[in-house]
Amino acid sequence: MAEDPSLFLLFSVGDRGWGDELLAGLWVTLRLWVLSFAIGMVIGIAGAGAKLSHLRALRWIAETYTTIVRGVPEILVIFLLYFGGAQVLQAILALFVGEEDAFVDIDAFAAGTAALAFVCGAYCTEVFRGAIQAVPHGQIEAAEACGMHRPLIWRRILLPQVLRIALPGLGNVFLTVQKDTAIISVVGLDELVRATAIAASATRLPFTFYLALAALFLAMTAAAQIGLYFLERRYGRGQLKH
Amino acid sequence: MGLDPTIILDYWPALLEGLATTLALLALSLAIGGPLAVVLAMAWSARSPLLSPLIAAFCYSFRGTPLLVQLFLLYYGFAQFETLKDTPLWALLKEGFWCAVIALAVNTSAYTAVILDGALRAVPRGEVEAARACGMSGLLLYRRILLPKALRIALPAYGNEVILLLKASSLASTVTVVELTGSAREIFERTYSPYEPLLAAGALYLVVTFLLTRIFRAVEQRLTPQRQRR
Repeated sequence: MAEDPSLFLLFSVGDRGWGDELLAGLWVTLRLWVLSFAIGMVIGIAGAGAKLSHLRALRWIAETYTTIVRGVPEILVIFLLYFGGAQVLQAILALFVGEEDAFVDIDAFAAGTAALAFVCGAYCTEVFRGAIQAVPHGQIEAAEACGMHRPLIWRRILLPQVLRIALPGLGNVFLTVQKDTAIISVVGLDELVRATAIAASATRLPFTFYLALAALFLAMTAAAQIGLYFLERRYGRGQLKH
Repeated sequence: MGLDPTIILDYWPALLEGLATTLALLALSLAIGGPLAVVLAMAWSARSPLLSPLIAAFCYSFRGTPLLVQLFLLYYGFAQFETLKDTPLWALLKEGFWCAVIALAVNTSAYTAVILDGALRAVPRGEVEAARACGMSGLLLYRRILLPKALRIALPAYGNEVILLLKASSLASTVTVVELTGSAREIFERTYSPYEPLLAAGALYLVVTFLLTRIFRAVEQRLTPQRQRR
C-alpha cells in the first residue's frame, strides 16, 4: 500500500478526500431524519386520536398498527414497505395501463422516508396517547359544559397542553429516529452510513471511517439534545418541577 | 398479485432455523450483557470520580450511536489492523455471528446499566439506612438489599429492553448472519416474492414478542405481587 494518507487529507473536501461524499451523505441523512419525524408526528396525532376514539374499528386499526411496529424489527418493516410497496404500486398501476407497461421505480429517498415515518408514527402515537390522557379530564368536561364542540376543544384545550406534555417523549422518538436512519442504508439509499461504507472499502480503512461515523452520530445526537433541552425549558415554563 | 402460501410451506424449515439463530443471538447477548450491566451499574453508583465519568461516557456513546454503526465498526473495522489477524481473537472477530453477539451484548449492557442505575437510586433510602445500621456494607449490602430491590424496580423497563434487543438482533443479517430476517431475505431473493417470507418472519417475531411479554408479566407477578392491579 502507498504511504498512508494523513487523516486531514482523507476527510478533505475535493477530489482526493472523502469529505464531500460524507457531507453529501450527511445531508441526505439529515433530510431523511427531519422529514420522517415530521410526517411521523402527524401520523402520531391521528393515531392517538384513533386509539382514543369511540369507533371500535378505528381503535382496532390503531392498536394493530402500534402492536406490529412495536413487535416487528424496523429493518423488516422497511424491507416490506420498500420491496413490497413497489409491487403494490405496480399492481395498482397495472389496472390502468396493463401488466406489461406497469413499472414503478420508487425513489429510494421517498421509500426510506415512508418506511421511517411509518415506524416513527407508531412511537409518536403512543407518546401522544399518553399525553392526551394526561390532560385532566375535568378540563374537557368543563369545556363541554360551556358548549364547545370537539374541534374547538381540540384547538383550545387539548392541543396546546398535549404538545407541551408530549415534548420529552417526542424528543426521545426524535433521537431514536436518528439512529434508525442508519438502517435505511441497507436498501441502498446514499445516505451517511452507505457513504461511509463506500469510503471504508475503497480506502481499506474501515476502522477509521466507521469511528468517524460514530463520532458524527454522537455529534448529531448531542446537538439534538441541546436543542431539545432549550425547547423543554421554553415550553415547560410555569410548570411545577417534580 | 396473489399471496402464495405454499412458498412459506416450502421454506418453513429455513425460517425456523433463522428463528433459532435469532433466539441464540438473544440469549447470548443477554447472558453477557446482563451481568456486565449489573457490574457497570454497581461501579457507577460507587460515585468514584474516576470510574463514574468513564462509565457515563461509555453509556452515552453506546446509546447515542446506531447499533448498525457499532456492528460495522466491529465486523468491518477490525479487519483494518493487520496485527490483529495473527491473534486468536481474529477467529472470533471474523465471524459475523460473534461480532453480532459482542455488539448486541455491549449495546444492551449500556442501556440496561442506565435502567439499573435509575433503579438503584429508586431503592427506598430507609431500607438502605436500616441495613447499614445493622452493620451491612459493601457487597453484602448489594447482594441482600440493593440488587434484589433494584432488579424488581427495573423489571418493566428491562422487559421492554429485552424486546428491543430481539428487534435489534435482526441487524445481524447485515453482517452475513442468517437469523430470522436474513433467512426471510434469502427466501425473498430466491423466489422474488417479498410478501410471504417477510410477513411470515414478521409473524414469528410477533409471536416471540408476545411470549416474552407474557413471561415478563409472569415474573413481575411472581416477584412483585403487591404491585399488581386487580
